[in-house]
Amino acid sequence: MTQNAMNQTYERFAMQILENYDSAPYPALIGMQSRGVFLAKRIQAAAKKASGMHLDFGVLDITFYRDDFRTKLKMPEVKVTDIPFDLYDRDIVLVDDVLFTGRTVRSAMSAILDYGRPRSIKFCCMVDRGHRELPIAPDFVGVVVPTKENEEVRVRVLEMDSEDAVDVVEMTSDGGEV
Amino acid sequence: MIAVPKEYQFSQKHLLGLADYSRDDIAYVLNQSERFREVLDRPVPKIPTLRDKTIVNLFYENSTRTRMSFELAQRRMGADVVNFSASASSVSKGESLRDTIQNIDSMKMDMVVVRHKSPGVPHYLTRCVDSAILNAGDGAHEHPTQALLDMFTLQQKMGSLEGLKVAIIGDIAHSRVVRSDIIGLQKMGAEVLICGPSTLMPLYPETLGAHVSYHLEEALGWADVAIALRIQMERQADVPGRIPSLGEYHQEYGIKMEHLDMFPDLKIMHPGPINRGVELQDAVADSDRAFILDQVTNGVAVRMAVLYLLSGSSESDASSRGVASGQTSK
Repeated sequence: MTQNAMNQTYERFAMQILENYDSAPYPALIGMQSRGVFLAKRIQAAAKKASGMHLDFGVLDITFYRDDFRTKLKMPEVKVTDIPFDLYDRDIVLVDDVLFTGRTVRSAMSAILDYGRPRSIKFCCMVDRGHRELPIAPDFVGVVVPTKENEEVRVRVLEMDSEDAVDVVEMTSDGGEV
Repeated sequence: MIAVPKEYQFSQKHLLGLADYSRDDIAYVLNQSERFREVLDRPVPKIPTLRDKTIVNLFYENSTRTRMSFELAQRRMGADVVNFSASASSVSKGESLRDTIQNIDSMKMDMVVVRHKSPGVPHYLTRCVDSAILNAGDGAHEHPTQALLDMFTLQQKMGSLEGLKVAIIGDIAHSRVVRSDIIGLQKMGAEVLICGPSTLMPLYPETLGAHVSYHLEEALGWADVAIALRIQMERQADVPGRIPSLGEYHQEYGIKMEHLDMFPDLKIMHPGPINRGVELQDAVADSDRAFILDQVTNGVAVRMAVLYLLSGSSESDASSRGVASGQTSK
């Protein structure tokens, strides 16, 4: 996926998310660490550009809520969480780069519910690569990419990876690229 | 945030003292503590991160705030907590430390927080059991979480530890806080001065590696921040004659309002519990230039961070849970 295609997707997300809202409070975006944060920022910018609407924006790190860090030897670094608005009775759109097993989104929902009681939570992702392990479905999807278990979907963003792109990479069993 | 090299990995298994922690280890713990500090301000200040962990607080010496702070940190992260205090246990029936800890270990504790009057007990425990050991104060040796919360508070309030001048005032000889503070602050690039009456100084104060002064005003004039230490009444009784009276100590080494006026940029900290009218004048303890209550709140966050970071170390073989794979879940 190229930068151009990604930009069109942000614009589509903005339109879809704002559909049916003609007055405030508009839905609020919460980007998931790390790359979801940058995708959410782009959607926020696209909404501003298309309709002049300002969407509240927050950042969520789900490390505290993960169910998989017991399987690793090192405790993962905890990143910033910053939700600078009141979630109560708001419509929330969670934004992440890739939807895979669904476990990260599950954790994110637990985390959000600890901040307050939103009216609704929807989920937006750039890539849905399948292989769900939990009953979770995205509300807004960039592209659906059928993948094999040993492939990795890499969403790259300018701020972290010096380019905007989406690639599918096949991995060997020891974690190297084919 | 304090800069840490990109390739840095936290790999400590215990927290016995800051002497064993590198500058990067300390910086990493302080940075991670900020994340846990944020949790304490949430509407639901509770996270499930340690819900599969059981932690024992093994207190052979009295403590109110350190024990409460550890217990709160543990409960905020969903851990199961068992409290043990020597006065109300089989220790009073004559059980040895080693037997006690081995019994506790048989009950499958993941982490042990220990306070003991003898220096070296936490270190000794690492040789008896597999659990992660956290030192909550051993004799006059170290009190690492107190030093970490002092540094976290200094970083938060003063912006940086690099080049900061910290004067520690009071009973230097009996204090474990001083030792951890000096080790930690110096690793982080701060300068430390110790000050107190010569009867409360260790025999060779310069071996601690800090500046030494016997004059309160000289110390306060030099410092950005003064940490006043508690005069340990319970130890004064054992060692009569170290100070003539509490009133005289206050006269010579108590920080008073006139000092805050004399040094308008000086800030005050105290590890607690305060003896009002001894180390600090009432009004100084309550002044907005004292960070004492911030220290208490930050203590919970720092202890959460340490518990979190060490909770991985008791799992020597993650694959035994039958869930390990290289694949990260998305």
